[in-house]
Amino acid sequence: MIEIAGLTKRYGKKTVLDHISFTVNEGEVLGFLGPNGAGKSTTMNILAGYLSCNEGQAKISGIDILEHPIEAKKKIGYLPEIPPLYPELTVKEFLRFVFDLKGCKMNRNRHLAEIVAVTQLDDVYERAIHNLSKGFRQRVGIAQALVGNPQVLIFDEPTIGLDPKQIIEIRKLIKALGKDHTIILSSHILPEVQTVCDRVVILHEGKVVANEKTEELSKIVDIPKRLVVTIAGPKADVLKMLKNGQGILYAEFIGEREGGSNAFIVEAKPNLDIRKPLFYTLAEQGWPLVGLESMGMNLEDVFIYLTSSANERARLRAADITVIVEEENVKKKGGK
Amino acid sequence: MSAIYKKELRSFFITPIGYVFLIVFLAVAGGIFSVTNLLATTTSLSSYFTILLFSFIIMIPLITMRLMSEERKTKTEQLLLTAPVSLSGMVFAKFLAAYTLFAGAFLLSCLNFITLYMFGNPNTMAIITSSVGALFIGAAFIAIGLFVSCLSENQFVSAVFTIASLAVFLVLSMTSDSSVNAGVRSVLKWVSIYDRYYYFTSGLFDLTAIIYYSSLCFVFLFLSVRLYEKRRWS
Repeated sequence: MIEIAGLTKRYGKKTVLDHISFTVNEGEVLGFLGPNGAGKSTTMNILAGYLSCNEGQAKISGIDILEHPIEAKKKIGYLPEIPPLYPELTVKEFLRFVFDLKGCKMNRNRHLAEIVAVTQLDDVYERAIHNLSKGFRQRVGIAQALVGNPQVLIFDEPTIGLDPKQIIEIRKLIKALGKDHTIILSSHILPEVQTVCDRVVILHEGKVVANEKTEELSKIVDIPKRLVVTIAGPKADVLKMLKNGQGILYAEFIGEREGGSNAFIVEAKPNLDIRKPLFYTLAEQGWPLVGLESMGMNLEDVFIYLTSSANERARLRAADITVIVEEENVKKKGGK
Repeated sequence: MSAIYKKELRSFFITPIGYVFLIVFLAVAGGIFSVTNLLATTTSLSSYFTILLFSFIIMIPLITMRLMSEERKTKTEQLLLTAPVSLSGMVFAKFLAAYTLFAGAFLLSCLNFITLYMFGNPNTMAIITSSVGALFIGAAFIAIGLFVSCLSENQFVSAVFTIASLAVFLVLSMTSDSSVNAGVRSVLKWVSIYDRYYYFTSGLFDLTAIIYYSSLCFVFLFLSVRLYEKRRWS
């Protein structure tokens, strides 16, 4: 459905996209993940025909967006990061305008009624857009993308700036839309992509660093690689045991906790879940496990994992752990 | 294209800008008419049209300043540029919407001339040719204003630069007469919008002037399209 091959975009001397390639199959919901400045919006803007690329190709249903922009654009519904809304218009006027703008041939009233029902805009249909909350504006943005029933939907950070309830609603809506559409959704929030998408493409500094099924990514991400364990036992012995423990890559003492217990940070080797073995080992030694806090992999960890060499990972991990140790100590002082 | 045209025209009257323009235009035209015709007790409209053309410099930026600037500022241009509409279609629709408002205001202001027919015997041909000439100049000015509006996100900046650009044409007209060098004088006269208008006020259709005004309009609309095209690539 969507083919991107060797896409490159430069702003002056700065290369924002560096020969990125991936495909999106029909009916798939693809998550486009990356930190700010990774090139997500640029890729989406090129796909939607807003920007041109310096090299490479972007095709929608076999139609090249640069060679036949009008035909390709008919197949796309695009919600940019800032929803493109005319605040002076009512939702109804705006959607009618978009309907005419896209040159749709279907029955206007019926089509817009369907979209309004799907996006739950009935209550605000006659209201001016400048009077709507951010959540509703985002819905209107999604509604305009749906006008004309395009096969491909491109949503650039659709949940940014929304409150948690609105985020859940928009995610639900996107999931429901995924049943009938091919969707590309960008985000810098890892769990969001895990919840909504079938597959994930991770961009980092303009390059594709991963292109995985969501389950595959979840295997990497969900295993708690880093744990903060609080153990009621002698500090030196416990630390020695942890450092020599099977599957443990790294262990360090953080600080003393109440009741004579000590907190340690422990990092497991990749793809290993050390929680159960750790529990049994401590039980054997007679050192009660007082606390076990899992620090699941965040987006930064995934980037470190995917983009750096083993040495770099060790260096970054050490720096990262120093920060965690400091944070834990600050927490402890604050607690007192 | 018609969707953008209709929406633009509607936006003029949802926001107060359309009403403000109509009121200002009719008030200015009425004021000039009162001074140059009613108080001067003449049916000759050459002074009226000449002064009205100068007032375009201030009034036309009112309707062109937001045409593109506003779209860029609010990011709504992303909607237009990702819709299955050509860039030239988008630019032309916006130009046409502003021109419709301008032409509407201009034609309404022509109602003033009824009083001339009531109390005198004006030269109808001169009124028609002067009006046609003014409508062509208006089109060229709107195209210039639209182009300037493509350059900035800020409406105020667009308005100021449009006034400055249009004023350049006025200055060229003035300096063309005072220029000592014959070569420079002929070039300035050729470029001047106002010098070319002289024949219209005498009841003549100057085809070369119409071609000049139309070309000016086309060139600035073309430049606006090219500017958007360039922005996509840079």
